Amino acid sequence: MAGILEDKDRIFTNLYGLHDWGLEGAKARGVWNGTADMLAQTPEWICDQIKASGLRGRGGAGFATGLKWTFMPKQLGERPHYLVVNADESEPGTCKDREIMRNDPHRLIEGCLVASYAIRAHDCFIYIRGEYVHERERLEAALLQAAEARLIGKDNIHGWDFNIRVTHGGGAYICGDEMALLESLEGKKGQPRLKPPFPAGAGVYGCPTTVNNVESIAVAPEILRRGASWFLGFGREKNSGTKLMSASGHVNKPCVVEEAMSIPLRQLIDDHFGGIRGGWGNLKAIIPGGSSVRMIPAEECDVALMDFDDLASRKSGLGTAAMIVMDKDCDIVAAIARLSYFYKHESCGQCTPCREGTGWMWRIMERMVTGEAEPKEIDMLLDVASQVEGHTICGLGDAAAWPIQGLFRHFRPEIEQRIANYRSRRANVPGLTLIAAE
Amino acid sequence: MSVRRLAKEQPASFAFAPDIQDKVAWWIAKFPPGRQQSAVIPLLWLVQKQQGWVCEPALRVVAEALSMPVIRVLEIATFYTMFQLKPVGTVAHVQLCGTTPCMLRGANSLKGVLAAKIGAKDHCSTDGRFSWEEVECLGACANAPMAAINDYYYEDLTEASLEALLADFDAGKSPAPGSAIGREGSAPEGPALTLTDPRLYDGSRAKPLGGLPNAVTPEPAQ
Repeated sequence: MAGILEDKDRIFTNLYGLHDWGLEGAKARGVWNGTADMLAQTPEWICDQIKASGLRGRGGAGFATGLKWTFMPKQLGERPHYLVVNADESEPGTCKDREIMRNDPHRLIEGCLVASYAIRAHDCFIYIRGEYVHERERLEAALLQAAEARLIGKDNIHGWDFNIRVTHGGGAYICGDEMALLESLEGKKGQPRLKPPFPAGAGVYGCPTTVNNVESIAVAPEILRRGASWFLGFGREKNSGTKLMSASGHVNKPCVVEEAMSIPLRQLIDDHFGGIRGGWGNLKAIIPGGSSVRMIPAEECDVALMDFDDLASRKSGLGTAAMIVMDKDCDIVAAIARLSYFYKHESCGQCTPCREGTGWMWRIMERMVTGEAEPKEIDMLLDVASQVEGHTICGLGDAAAWPIQGLFRHFRPEIEQRIANYRSRRANVPGLTLIAAE
Repeated sequence: MSVRRLAKEQPASFAFAPDIQDKVAWWIAKFPPGRQQSAVIPLLWLVQKQQGWVCEPALRVVAEALSMPVIRVLEIATFYTMFQLKPVGTVAHVQLCGTTPCMLRGANSLKGVLAAKIGAKDHCSTDGRFSWEEVECLGACANAPMAAINDYYYEDLTEASLEALLADFDAGKSPAPGSAIGREGSAPEGPALTLTDPRLYDGSRAKPLGGLPNAVTPEPAQ
């Protein structure tokens, strides 16, 4: 058997789209089974069960989902409550929510209903990234099916009026931040709001709102169906459950797969991703959680576990569990420089350290790639990175700094060597402008 | 951040086509009364679907439809990079993902193909039928390298398969989106390693549960 999770424990049984995505197919796979029983319980019961299961948000930050739901007001006041599903999946390396939305949309819709009931919301928005046109069409079609079967909508068979709508973004990575997403949902530029007030107090249209990742919402009904202890049975303490994990880059068989949390990184790669291109010895480094975490070098990949706490102890992070694998044949400095360009391109321009800093970091990184940078610029770059990190409203500044910090933490001598090699080929005369040799 | 401006040459006017008018109303109705501004991104997207790009007169039409200031619509159109602010290829507009996961698997060599077949980045080909741009991560990284051509994803590309795709578009065909090497979605190449248990699909999951684990029995009504 590949990996450590058995087929019977997988939640996303149509991950690859080999079966019917529609309502009938989804029902045969157990979706919408016992949903009425869940809604017959109290919202508190649902929150307690999700808390007991140890589900941590699957969008990257890893905040306890059940706890987040309890932040909502306990009574429905004058302002309506909203559930907003963050389907703006734009993190480089990450492609898991897409598989849920196009191949198992009913699992997400059922999750929306249950989660909305738990936070006493009758309205739900799914904010999907604009480029996912096919996924949006699929989701709209699934919503029509569910509405025709009166599973959702007004006066549905579950007895909880539920209005769910899909809307989309315009290709801005920043809208994956929950506060920017709310701004964008209101029809504004996606520039994150300051917290507090938190969304549970004043979210979309100033109403109490909970923002959750697609995967967090989609697994909730299955947890209730099988029991919190079932979900708690996978992974280490405080890192429980199953998780969609994926690999891109230099593995032999990149794919998306559902695995138990805390699976050893090496086993995950060898069992599911067909090993590293050129064998395990050819591995250079892995960015384990989408692009916005620090990389871990090959020797640590031998022992790392795929969970929040183990990777955090290695000064990296689980993020979205979408690993970017780099082998020894690739130019790792160029790979990180390309990420720096990404963050420069996607900065929303609201906070000065991020708007200016991401550009500086990218330009210095480009000089590091060729080696034409000054040796002292390494420290300057790290200084800029540390000044961007933690000095912005949202996490994009941190996310831009971390890949660079990770690179220099593990491979600084290599870059110093590159700079030395570049300089040794050229006359070092101050003020001399060199002309490229014909 | 990216600096984006409206094109210098603009058409004199813009109006939604009759069949798109219904979609406009459908989008506005999705949002609570008085919150119609939320529909601005979808409406600009409809403009782009109708015209291929977003022109200045269209911003005024959208602003009027949503009773919002034109400057706010301009802000949206220039902030969100999915909106094309100048005409793109009429037959195919290729958005090649160039971010690290795709770059590691060969996106840079695909740029060479596009440059040779279509021309310079961000410009239409001389006959105006093709154009291409490099975009940031499109979220299909397990199927890298990939490109979105006219909105749909073409994955697991090689130089040869991208050339073949372009030739198909050139010949007036519309090739099926998806993996160029025949993968099912994001499944691994080769035989299936997971989700092979037939009991997952025989309907046994749909049998009544007979109650939820840990469920609390509601107190009988008085």
